[in-house]
Amino acid sequence: MAVSFLALIGPIAAACSSSQPASTSTTPGGNLSGPLTVSAAASLQAAFTDIKAAFELAYPDVTVTVNFGASSTLAQQIKDGAPVDVFASADEANMAKVSDARLLSDQPTLFATNSLEIIVRKGNPTKISVLSDLSRSGLIYVTCASEVPIGKYGAQVLQKAGVTVKPASLEPDVKGIVTKVTSGEADAGIVYATDITATNGAADGVPIPAEINVTAKYPIAPIATSTHTEAAAAWIAFVAGANGQAILQSYGFKAP
Amino acid sequence: MTRQQRNRRRAVALQRPPAAIIAIAAVAIAFFALPFLGLLWRVPWTDAWSLLTTQSSLTALRLSVTTSLWATALSIAFGVPLAWVLARYGFPGRRIVRALCLLSLVLPPVVGGVALFAAYGRRGLLGESLFEWFGLRLPFSTAGVVLAQTFIAMPFLVLTVEAALRGLDNRSEDAARTLGASRWYAFRRVTLPAIRPALIAGAVLAWARALGEFGATITFAGNFPGRTQTMPLSVYLALESNPGQALVLSVVMIGISFGVLLSLRDQWLGGSAEMRSSR
Repeated sequence: MAVSFLALIGPIAAACSSSQPASTSTTPGGNLSGPLTVSAAASLQAAFTDIKAAFELAYPDVTVTVNFGASSTLAQQIKDGAPVDVFASADEANMAKVSDARLLSDQPTLFATNSLEIIVRKGNPTKISVLSDLSRSGLIYVTCASEVPIGKYGAQVLQKAGVTVKPASLEPDVKGIVTKVTSGEADAGIVYATDITATNGAADGVPIPAEINVTAKYPIAPIATSTHTEAAAAWIAFVAGANGQAILQSYGFKAP
Repeated sequence: MTRQQRNRRRAVALQRPPAAIIAIAAVAIAFFALPFLGLLWRVPWTDAWSLLTTQSSLTALRLSVTTSLWATALSIAFGVPLAWVLARYGFPGRRIVRALCLLSLVLPPVVGGVALFAAYGRRGLLGESLFEWFGLRLPFSTAGVVLAQTFIAMPFLVLTVEAALRGLDNRSEDAARTLGASRWYAFRRVTLPAIRPALIAGAVLAWARALGEFGATITFAGNFPGRTQTMPLSVYLALESNPGQALVLSVVMIGISFGVLLSLRDQWLGGSAEMRSSR
């Protein structure tokens, strides 16, 4: 990971300093303990990694494991009985799959939104400025399958813009798109704005006009089969609370 | 014939392992058998045929068959000479070269895929020139799938053929040479027929490995239906969208692999028995 040390430490430090007064009021059960398993959308990787560190500072006896992947993969894993306490999805459709299987112990809470951007290689060597540039022949465009939230959102944006593209690959999750572009093997893709921030300059972003952009909504919910309900509730409150929101916003997520 | 059979039966009875060993082995057998039974149990048999003959399944099946056969052909074309050199030609650093050529056998295939990028990717060591000079782009192409499969599968053939060459009696080759046969002629008419069982076994193993290749393919060649989405990729991705289809495709792959191993056993044992008796 090419995430610089400062970028990692910054939000944690910010979260910690701001958490001191808040932690006494929002965390009545500060003596929570045990393991906590969170399944989170791949686009949350950088933000949730920081939130995990901040959460473990606030709850030293809780050990958090975060499992990142395509929301569709994570939803399927939970339906197959994966021992997960909390699910954070990058769309409402995959949360609904888990909810329909009666595997949520509480209503999902929206905790963040995200917008989409075109990711291009560092320095934009293929000179992409608008969505219609993505249909240029010879340009290598990668996306995800339509079950993966970013695949669906990307297709929606292209449809709104009336652009038809020929993808070179359908990656398993959004990080697959980012990796293919940062490594220079692909020229462009549509990803979350936050993914471009998380590359720390290894790739560049081209904004998508607000009128054709799609707002990705991120719901979070506790899983019914969890035996760590208190820690799960604390995690969700932490993510939705001031500390979590500060970290999420430092990565470009917006409040719901 | 009958006496031989009787002797063999007696030998088998004498060699029978103790009951405790048999019990533990039975646990091991169950350990291997249960996942496959579980899979068979979960397959939606009533829809199996329609799931198997959907366009996406057939596309993946066709691509897998084509690419794995290409990978096998390339493995034979390059693997046999490589095995020959490794088995017969003493040069400094042979052990290192040998380990290098067999590395992808033990490497996590995803790492193999990353390494392939570094070499044959658009910005890779060789890939950059390939792209600039010939406009040849391997990632995201069917050729890239074949490359990834060959990279992972060829060591199986090399290992098998090299072992056979090492176990071979040199004298018949020497005899052919003293009778005036060229090196090439002796290899073609004496060595090659002698290692044929091992060659077939190695090719079949390499083919089965190529057919099952996942990690290097999805990393290096990406995933696109009809171009780079082979059966294993299709199974993995269908698990989310259409679990029934994933299960049916899994059963097909298991069927193929099982068939390969069953046929291989005779081939393999036949080969080594022949080698032993020729000594």
